[in-house]
Amino acid sequence: MNRIVVGAHYGTSDWLAQRITALIMAVYAVVVAFIFMSNASMSYAVWKDLFAAGWMRVATLLFAVSLVWHAWVGVRDILMDYVQPDGLRLALQVSTLLLLASYLGWTVQILWR
Amino acid sequence: MSSAAARKARPKYLSLRALLFEIRLPLPGWVSILHRISGALLVFPLTAWLLFLLDASLLSEAGFEKTRGYLALPLAKAGMLLFIWAFCHHFCAGIRFLLLDLNRGIELHQTRRSSLMVLIASLALTAYFGARLW
Repeated sequence: MNRIVVGAHYGTSDWLAQRITALIMAVYAVVVAFIFMSNASMSYAVWKDLFAAGWMRVATLLFAVSLVWHAWVGVRDILMDYVQPDGLRLALQVSTLLLLASYLGWTVQILWR
Repeated sequence: MSSAAARKARPKYLSLRALLFEIRLPLPGWVSILHRISGALLVFPLTAWLLFLLDASLLSEAGFEKTRGYLALPLAKAGMLLFIWAFCHHFCAGIRFLLLDLNRGIELHQTRRSSLMVLIASLALTAYFGARLW
């Protein structure tokens, strides 16, 4: 096996993923903000229909996946910068992954109920 | 080497006093650290809270009305205001970082101006959405 142990660009794919997911979330956020603003007094029927629509479910799922991926890269960066003890950092990273995975599961549960 | 530089006490250690009163963070630094703080807040607890609200509001008509009543509480409104600021700041600062990645506006005077714009825009958006909330 040919392993390169020195060099650069190890973080390039994370860096790129964080930026692409940011763009996906930005588009979703603007669309949802417009929907919110155009429905000044949101009723339950409108709210329920909005999240029953197929495109909205898929868009929200895409947003949730983007959020989880984006947040993982960001939180990992923060932990690598500020938490020096290896054991504590590992524990916090595992906790973050569990938290983000449960967010994703919860979102799927809410959307397809 | 100038004598003034030679007379300075070296090494200089970070202290709480230094962090609070001696080190002045430039505007781009404020945008950066607030981007981190807002991002961390959005991950926890704000996303969990919003998922809880979305869950309750979509469950039933009674749940929807209950959520509406809950969001009328001052503490819940304060939480929503914190979410709006964190999101708007993270959004505006994020767009600035994306432009910096594309080498747009990387001169010193431009970065200072754009960071001021980010701070003002996120506060203005927070005021706008906050006013809509109230």
